Amino acid sequence: MKIKSILAASACALALGAGSANAETFKWSFQGDVQSLDPHGLNETFTLGFLGNVYEGLTYYDKNLELQPGLAVSWENTGPTTWIFKLREGVKFHDGGDFNADDVIFSWKRTLTAGSDMKGYGSRMKDIKKIDDYTIEVETPAPNPILPRELVFYYMMDKEWSEKHGSVEATSPKAADSTATYAAQNANGTGPFILTERQPDVRSTFKRFDGYWKDIPTNVTEVNFTPISQGATRVAALISGELDLVYPVPVQDWNRLEEAEGVSPLTGPEARTIFLGMDQWRDELLYSNIKGKNPLKDKRVRAAMAHAIDLNAIDKKIMRGAAVPSGLLIAPQINGHDADFNKPYAYDPEKSKALLTEAGYPEGFELGMDCPNNRYVNDEKICQAVVGLLARVGIKVDLNAQPKSKYFAKVSPQNGNDTSFYLLGWTPSSMDVHNVLYNLMSSFDTEKNTGQFNYGRYSNPRIDEIASNVEKETDQAKRQKMVAEAFSILKEDVGYLPLHQQPLSWGVRDGVTLSQRADNVLDIRYVVIGK
Amino acid sequence: MFKFISMRLLQSVVVMLVVGLIAFALFRFVGDPINNMVGQDTTLEEREALTESLGLNDPFLVQYGRFISNAVQGDFGMSYRLRQPVSGLIAERFPATLELSLISAVLALVLGVPMGIYTALKPKSLFSRSFMTISLMGVSLPTFLIGILLILFFGVTLRWLPTFGRGEVVDLGWWSTGFLTSSGLKSIILPAITLAVFQMTLIVRLVRAEMLEVLRTDYIKFAHARGLSPRLINFSIALRNTLVPVITIIGLQVGSIIAFAIITESVFQWPGMGLLFIQAVSEVDIPVMAAYLLLIAFVFVVINLIVDILYFVVDPRLRVQS
Repeated sequence: MKIKSILAASACALALGAGSANAETFKWSFQGDVQSLDPHGLNETFTLGFLGNVYEGLTYYDKNLELQPGLAVSWENTGPTTWIFKLREGVKFHDGGDFNADDVIFSWKRTLTAGSDMKGYGSRMKDIKKIDDYTIEVETPAPNPILPRELVFYYMMDKEWSEKHGSVEATSPKAADSTATYAAQNANGTGPFILTERQPDVRSTFKRFDGYWKDIPTNVTEVNFTPISQGATRVAALISGELDLVYPVPVQDWNRLEEAEGVSPLTGPEARTIFLGMDQWRDELLYSNIKGKNPLKDKRVRAAMAHAIDLNAIDKKIMRGAAVPSGLLIAPQINGHDADFNKPYAYDPEKSKALLTEAGYPEGFELGMDCPNNRYVNDEKICQAVVGLLARVGIKVDLNAQPKSKYFAKVSPQNGNDTSFYLLGWTPSSMDVHNVLYNLMSSFDTEKNTGQFNYGRYSNPRIDEIASNVEKETDQAKRQKMVAEAFSILKEDVGYLPLHQQPLSWGVRDGVTLSQRADNVLDIRYVVIGK
Repeated sequence: MFKFISMRLLQSVVVMLVVGLIAFALFRFVGDPINNMVGQDTTLEEREALTESLGLNDPFLVQYGRFISNAVQGDFGMSYRLRQPVSGLIAERFPATLELSLISAVLALVLGVPMGIYTALKPKSLFSRSFMTISLMGVSLPTFLIGILLILFFGVTLRWLPTFGRGEVVDLGWWSTGFLTSSGLKSIILPAITLAVFQMTLIVRLVRAEMLEVLRTDYIKFAHARGLSPRLINFSIALRNTLVPVITIIGLQVGSIIAFAIITESVFQWPGMGLLFIQAVSEVDIPVMAAYLLLIAFVFVVINLIVDILYFVVDPRLRVQS
């Protein structure tokens, strides 16, 4: 299998040399369109990544997901809860407006307005004081070691432009009049590309911003984006030469792209981890033949399931060897990853059977499973494989695979986590381990808002304690030690069954070099079109 | 005649109300729209606030009543997915669907009717037999497959025609047309053929069957006996009598071309209403689904009305009765 790595692609970019004077149009397609151009309208990876070519934050991720200074040149933690940020001078918005401290304060306040979906990020700051036009002091409600990381997707808008167009509040999904949605259809950022035309779902075009503050490798002068929802059509459009990049490419089409002339698949591990969760809170499972008790509350049963699932077989048979089997809920690209814990539970069906017998289920039991069928790479096929593997040790799984809208409506806490056993994928939006401690590993608690995606409601008080300490700990070494303890407890408890990091799957026209970020974001700053 | 049309229009209102009611009763089973509207970091509390403010916690009859009372005032709400007024979205997509449907309908008629007549008049000729074989394939192959095969052959292998989209369009006031640019014309060929294949084969078979029936009747035999020219008999007398049932079916088919362009539109990423609808279904965009279903109900009612009026034109007996 020909698999290009991120490194090879970027090395190629360097070798080709960057920045030619000719007009180069870059045409690409994704499976859907962004819902809104409002940078505070939807906190979702594709939307924010797409807008990252137009808008920018104080910090940004480079092609290896390393944190870099963006619209801030430097920052310093002056007290436990105070930070000083020096802003970059001479940065212009696309309409010619200057970027300064007022815009930062304005954008922060805007993230806290009713329609904003970035309130989570906005509330990480208690106050922002302007010291001078290019210096701000940020106060956080509690010590926050990863504040600069959390600012990456908190994009800067121009105060004057927003006021002029009546867009001082974030556009909510239910805004009714068109003036309130101006920022959802128009854009004015500091990024390298200017929006020139937009027809939702049909086309968005961009041109290079001449006044961009930074030298970037790309030679692209125009960008043409078209969403194509059907995988087969998307792949055909790439092979026919009409597009330079499409993603995602269905895994079964990789061979086709390799055989076709002039195009190649570009794959690599994504920062998204796929895992299985189990109901560990009900006294009786909703979907099982065991009545009066919950077998999944028994650690031995969970361990039996862990040892019954052959991650390598799933990788080889279903993911064509492109997934990375995982023993953790976070990928190596995530801040706080610990390789010591990444070894998966060993595949050992004999041990599984022994554990089940010990737990009092020598004949196994029946279990219902929920699975999305259009959310993750080959999600339904993974679930089918899990069904087959568990059947070998006597656990008869009844699979209910459905579209993501129905799946999430069923298993989410709004619906009382109506599931016994489910598959989920997770990329921490802050690219930091705390997000996973908080959302997946902490106990479900609506007051503290923790464990919102802990659909099986796994709970261990020590992990809850660690999660709240990790949030405040500014000493990196101490922090990592706590994280390691939490990982080891989760592993010992068999709280989750991690499966793998799913592969990124892009298709690229030969001659186009780009970097494939592990969070599945396309940064056009790195796209170079060769001859 | 006036009474007839106004009665029909009144009935159409009832049809649309019923369609809306059924649609709203079913929306509860489509899934949860909220998860698609917010990011993963949005708190449970905010999600519930959004559900409440969109009125999704209300019983479906209340939601339906609210939708209808707003719709009567011309307000179809905002799309959850694209955050734009639904009426604007549909108006933007309508020209694409109508142009595609018209071209396919014309294609199906212009090729289908003569082929049907030919196969009826010369049932034993080689051409007729090959037409019938091809039409059997057209009826049995799914639209999706035809579209993909056309894309592979003309788009990927030969690279003559674009594989997706509508090409460059020209705005004429509120109507955007792809007929005025070469990329627009090229883009419509494959989707129009895909959409037309099934309709065309249906028309061929229908015209042939009806024509064979009519040719066996006594008045045709009598016309032959009178010594009228075969040309006059076939085209003025036989064809005319063939057309009555054919018009009904074709009329309904035009409706279904518009309504069920969904598959063709999604295969070719054709930016029409069908694509808008299918994406609304997958993202549980209730306002778009509701407005689209009502519009389609309306289209069907109007087409049926036109078909009824055409009967008067084609069949003199109806005029005498009324």
